[in-house]
Amino acid sequence: MPVRVQAEPFDFGAEAAAFASGAGGAGAVVTFLGVVRDDSGTLARMEIEHYPGMTERAITAITAKASARWHLLDALVIHRHGPLQPGEAIMMVATAARHRAEAFAAADFLMDYLKSRAPFWKKEFGADGAAWVKAKDSDEDALSRW
Amino acid sequence: MDVLYFAWVRERIGQPKERVETEATTVADLVAELVLREERYAAAFADTSALRVALDQELAEFSAPLVGVREVAFFPPMTGG
Repeated sequence: MPVRVQAEPFDFGAEAAAFASGAGGAGAVVTFLGVVRDDSGTLARMEIEHYPGMTERAITAITAKASARWHLLDALVIHRHGPLQPGEAIMMVATAARHRAEAFAAADFLMDYLKSRAPFWKKEFGADGAAWVKAKDSDEDALSRW
Repeated sequence: MDVLYFAWVRERIGQPKERVETEATTVADLVAELVLREERYAAAFADTSALRVALDQELAEFSAPLVGVREVAFFPPMTGG
């Protein structure tokens, strides 16, 4: 269940295809791509800070939790750090299971946990200066459904 | 022990990492000790309910003991994904 935390861009299509072809016995592969959003239309860039060492450890623990809960054949998490432009891919998650319900649920679970349990912090640089993105109560609340 | 700061906590403290010699027995004691040192610590730790702490890279509570801990990290709630 590979976990990659990297500054470099990744090729979502190639990663998804390689993941799907490597997931032997899977009846379902679910992928999610997170993209830098520019709600105000003035975002110059986003910078993602992380905690080297803890980041990989936290994501590995989250994927282990997901595979204890659903029968996953494989899972992949790629998360970038450093400066990113609007429209660029921030992260992706992929899950493979025998049936789609498990693959979807596990991907959803991984996303909820990555949002508020993986040590990343986003800072937005726009027309009005720079500001750290605040964690939303709804992100924390989302964990209670699991 | 090594004390690490991330995101706006790092910006308020003015450095990402430092070595702290302390007799503090819990995270809360360590915070109280740092706050007394300089204004920048008081500014960073003004509201600990807005902060998270990790001990040796595992999330912990502010009431957690520091016995045997080598690395303490303070940061705001995480915003991954």
